[in-house]
Formats: sequence, structure tokens, C-alpha cells
Amino acid sequence: MYRRLLCGMAFAVALSAPLASRAQDTELGKIREELRQLKEVYERRIQALEQRLQQSEAKAGKAEEAALQAAVQASSRPAGENAFNPALSVILNGTLGNLKRDPNAYRINGFVPTMGEVSPPPRGLSLGESELVLSASVDHLFRGALIAAIAPGGGIEVEEGYVQTLGLSSGFTIKAGRFFSGVGYQNAVHAHAWDFTDAPLASKAFLGGQLAEDGIQVKWVAPTELYVDLGLELGRGRKFPGVPDGGRSKNGFGSGTLFTHAGGDLGASTAWQLGISHLRTSPQGRGYNDVDSTGTAVNNSFTGRSRLWGIDGILKWAPNGNATSTNLKLQGEYFRRTESGALTYDTQAASLGTQTGSYRSKQSGWYAQGIYQFMPEWRVGYRHDRLNSGTTGIGLVAPGALTAADFPVLGGHNPRRNSVMLDWSPSEFSRWRLQLARDYSRFGVPDNQVFLQYVMSLGAHSAHKF
Amino acid sequence: MKTILKVLALIGLSFSFCQAFAALNIFACEPEWGALAQEIAGDKAAVYSATTALQDAHRIEARPSLIARIRSADLLVCSGSELEIGWLPLLLTQSGNSRIQRGMPGYLEASQQVARIEIPQVVARSLGDIHPGGNPHIHTDARNIARVAEVLALRLAQLDPQNAVAYKFRSEAFGARWRAAIERWERAGARLKDVPVVVYHRDFSYFIRWMGMREAGSLEPKPGIPPTPAHLAELVEQMKRAPAKVIVYSPYNDPRAAQFLSERTGIPAVMLPYTVGGNEKAKDLFGLFDETIALFLAVMK
Repeated sequence: MYRRLLCGMAFAVALSAPLASRAQDTELGKIREELRQLKEVYERRIQALEQRLQQSEAKAGKAEEAALQAAVQASSRPAGENAFNPALSVILNGTLGNLKRDPNAYRINGFVPTMGEVSPPPRGLSLGESELVLSASVDHLFRGALIAAIAPGGGIEVEEGYVQTLGLSSGFTIKAGRFFSGVGYQNAVHAHAWDFTDAPLASKAFLGGQLAEDGIQVKWVAPTELYVDLGLELGRGRKFPGVPDGGRSKNGFGSGTLFTHAGGDLGASTAWQLGISHLRTSPQGRGYNDVDSTGTAVNNSFTGRSRLWGIDGILKWAPNGNATSTNLKLQGEYFRRTESGALTYDTQAASLGTQTGSYRSKQSGWYAQGIYQFMPEWRVGYRHDRLNSGTTGIGLVAPGALTAADFPVLGGHNPRRNSVMLDWSPSEFSRWRLQLARDYSRFGVPDNQVFLQYVMSLGAHSAHKF
Repeated sequence: MKTILKVLALIGLSFSFCQAFAALNIFACEPEWGALAQEIAGDKAAVYSATTALQDAHRIEARPSLIARIRSADLLVCSGSELEIGWLPLLLTQSGNSRIQRGMPGYLEASQQVARIEIPQVVARSLGDIHPGGNPHIHTDARNIARVAEVLALRLAQLDPQNAVAYKFRSEAFGARWRAAIERWERAGARLKDVPVVVYHRDFSYFIRWMGMREAGSLEPKPGIPPTPAHLAELVEQMKRAPAKVIVYSPYNDPRAAQFLSERTGIPAVMLPYTVGGNEKAKDLFGLFDETIALFLAVMK
């Protein structure tokens, strides 16, 4: 375009040049020469102009690109689990309890006391365990997490403290440290994410409430569209059903767990998962307290082997997989435990003298629960718990040295419990829950329990497992 | 125990060899990125979208099926800026897949590639479910998609150099079509300039900004907090004083609040597709914007 314009100008200049009236050849030649020179000059100028235009266009493009880059950078913040490293969150919870029977004297009759945290929340107002959660990637290979439980009466307990691989491939993940065991389903779920205020009776009777093991976990996820995982845990055996408390002074391992899950989707609305798990330990001198036939408090202990099998299932439904308004969650677990070995009565010789005999038990228990979110923020739930004390053979009772009345807590009893709850979660970070339960864990009259509870989390956004 | 470990390792290895010969596996957190990956990778990749237009990407369960998919993924394309914070970190730690971890070439956060808006000055949970990194719903501005497409094509070429030429070719072809479409949308959307709109959640902010529209309010009292009667009553009053032209919501939102406000104020409520698959016409990215603009223009008459 410029070229054409300038040519026109050149032509005009040429025309306006004084032409001799008597045109001579030499003069014409001169004019032609001048015109040619003029043309050359203008062409050079045009070229220079074009070059400048191209340069400035490129510059403008670069400036635009630079402006975009600057805007992208300006709107960027350090991306990560938190602007801080590590991610930090605190979980606060508290309850108002109203119980017919004293929770301090709580026991599940028919089952060996686990000496764990299995009692219902206290009567009246109380602060629950506060949790402090710190987690971050350690480097390009590992990730670490520490979850400390601060007891309301003081004292800090490491609930979980583990490192986990990030860099492994082929579906493998290895965890080392202290972690909630993968046995069953609910065991690996943190208390603040439970759908009821307290643990299922089966978890209380077979896993001492919640089993956290010091050990190593290897988990492998299959490369299939159907979710399949296989896991192996080797642990210290530091808690029930292992023990003595803290674990034996022994090289090697005190407990072993195997688990496998399969899961998938049924259409867009339903997701499911089924699991099988097995936990085996060899408790040495696992003690518990009881009151014998003379009314004396005695300490008994068990040495032998303990085998626990579990089946768990979970099904979640939400219309089109959008759980925001309404959703349903069904969950159930079944456990079966066999223990065999020796039971020592009255280890402290406080009553009828220390005696040892054989011990053998086959026991089971299950629970099933359903939680329905009927509108945003509001959920209702029902849970049924049932335990079967099954058959317990106590060698010391058979020859008649002692009577069944000397082992009252092991006497046959099938505990059961019904719980209903209503909870309100104004956001993902807070929840208020009202729970009513009738608990037949103990012989005799049932315990009526009412809990009003809050669970709140501050800080980094936590992600909850399926 | 040792034999079990060996068997596990063997099974794992054999499966991973089988995987090596399959096409590139792309795991998209949202349907728009799944659609974009499909445009650029074509038949060179198997694309899986973790969510649908009917699901709220803020609130997704870390389902077993998602873990199974992410375990075999070679490339992860997600909006990022903490949109998926409730589920993606869990999938990543459970995946046993090092290729798609944060910082690896197989991890692509779309929102990091563009200029984000609505970066909060104050970050506190009392302000609702806000994103410290800015609004993550960047795909509602078609120009952002063009930018992500470029980065995605480079990433695909990096991960699968054998098909680099194919990715470059497809990306350039898509880019040309997309630029032409943007021109078309901008011409069509010129009438939307300065039009006041009420949103449900702030998931159309980039679109509103692109078209020069004006956000006149949101049905959520605070981001991520469902509409409350008090807030809706307030909006009704506000709309009487300064009426908006249209109320919009996404397929994953409960339509009742929008309909309530519409009935009380006479302002039309429109469900926009929001992302690919959000309605019958939004079958791909082109359809998504054609449909979104058409729906807006329909209420402007």
C-alpha cells in the first residue's frame, strides 16, 4: 500500500518537473535518468519503512505477550496444599452427653476388654480430643504427615505419624511410621469424619476402638478400570489385639495384616467398594481387669494367637453423582475373630492365686449403617450394631478349679445397639450432630445415650477418603 | 510374606509393560479439559473425564473408579487453583503413579497458564469457600482455552515425542478454528456489553468479563454457601431497585433458588451449559460457547 502511494507521489513529482518545450533526446534521457534515480531512492525508503513497520509490529507482539506473561505471573500465587509448607489444620470437637449409666464403668460383656479408648463420651459437657494435623511433601519422593491428638486433660499422643512414597510407579505406595491400619473400613477413617459420635461396637470389641500400628504398609493398585488394591502391613503389634501395650521387646514383627478391595461405579450415580481383610497377631501377656467371684479386682492375661477376618462394604449414591443436594451412604462391616492360647488368672495373686489354663474363643460382630442427606447441609442416619460372643472355652473353668463367675466379663452375651443421628453441616468445615442410642453392651438394663456434638476443622482443606 | 511381595511385584510389572504399549492416557478433572485434550490429541490418546457437567467439581468423592483411572494416567489436566482440593490430593497420594504428581510433566493445571481474576485480598474461611489463587473457572473465557491448548500441545509433544508432529498439526488446526470462532462469538456477544446478570456461583466470572457484562449479584450469599431465604429476599429487593437482565445457573446447581428469584422479579432464569455436556447442544467446546451465547441472546430480545 505504501509502495503504491509513494510511486504515485514520485510520478507526480516527475510530472511537475519542468519539461522543455522542445524535447531533445539528451534531455529526455536525462529526465529518464533522474526518474530512475528518484524511483530508486523512494524504493530504498519504502524498503526501510517496511522494515521499520515489521520491526515495530514484532515489538508490539512481544509487548502483548510480555503483558500476558506478567498478568499470569501477577495472578499466580504459590500453588500447593497451602501457601505455607506444611499444610496445617486443627480439629476441635466437644460433646454434651446424657447417659443413663456411668461411661467410666463401660464394658462390652462377652468380649475381652481391649483396655483401649472404647468408652462413650463422658456425661455432661466435655471437650473431646483436639487433633493437630501437619502434612506436606517432604521432597520429590516422599510425603509426610503427623496427626497429634491432644487429650482434654493434657498430654499429647501421636495418633498417626508416617511418611509415604510419592515417587513410586506401577501403582505401588509404601507407608512407614504409625498409621491407622487398613483392616476393615472405618478403622482408617479419622474420628472427625465418622458419621456417628462413637465407633461401631465391632471396632470397639475387635480393634480397641481404632487400631493404629507402628509399621510398614505396602499397597498396590491394579492397572484395571475396576479398582482393585492389595495391601500388606507388618507392624509392631503395639495395641489390642496385639500387646502388651507398647509392643513386645522383640526383633521383627508383632502383627501382620492383609487387605484387598475392589470398587467401581454403577452408572453415574452409584459408587461401591468391597473389602476383605485379615489381621494376625500373637499377644504375649495381654492383660485385662475383671472382678472375680469373691468380688476382688483381678488382673488376667492372655498369651497365644489372635486371628481376625473382616469383610466391609460401602455404597454411595447421589443423583448423577452430584452429592451437593441429596445423597445416600450405606456402610457395613463384619468381623470374625478366633483366639487360642493360655489364659492366666489373677496375675498379681490378689485373690485365689495365679493359675494358667487353656483359652479358646470364636466370636463375631457386625454393624450396618445408612446416612441420608435429605437437603443441603442436613443428614439423618441410623446404625445397628450387633456382637456375638460365640463360644469361649476357658480351661480353668472346665476342671472345676474356678467357675465361670470368676470371669464375669467373658460370660456369654450378645451386645447390640441402635443409634440414630441428625447432623447439620453449614459448610465442609463444621458439623453439629445430635445422636440418640440405646446400648445393650452390658448385662442387664440398657444404656440410653444422648449426645450433642460439634466437630470443626480450621486451616488447610482436608480431603476425605471414599 | 516375601513370596506375596514377589508375586505382587511381578503382577505389577507385567501390567505396567502392557500399559507401555497403550495410547497416552489423559485424566481430565473437568469435561472442558477432557474435550480440549480430545481436540488436540485426537486418536493418539484415551481421554477420561473424572466429572460430568452435572457434578460440582468442588465436591467430588475420591471414588475407587477415579483412583483406578488416575493410577494409569500419563497426563492430568485439571483447572487447579484449589477447585479440586477436596478430592484430587487424595487421588494423587493413592494413585501410586509418579508421572502425574505435582511438578511432573504429566501434571497440568490449566488455571496456572492464564491470568486469574478475583484473587481475594483477604483469605479467611468466614468469607465462604474462596480460592486464594483466584477464580478457578477459567474456561468460561474462550481466549483462556486457546492459551491452555497451546500449553497442552507442548506437554503432549513432550510426553509423547513420537507423535509430536501430529500434536502440533492438530493444535494449529484447532487454534485456527478457535480464533475464527472467538471472532464470531465476540461479534455475536457485542450486544451483551454492560448487561447486568445475576449468577448462582461465581463460575461465569471470566465469561462476564470477556463479554463486558456486569455481575449484579449472586444467589449464594458467600462462595460455596447455598442460597439462604434471607439472602434471596435481599436480592429480590435489590432487583426491584436495579433489575438485572437475566439470572444464570449451572446444570449442577439446584434450580429452585434461581426460579424463586425469577418468579418474584420477572427476570428470566436460564440454565447455561457451563461446560461440555451441560446440555444437548453443548457437545463440544465450540457447541458450548455457541450455546452459551445463543442462550444469552435469546433473553435479550
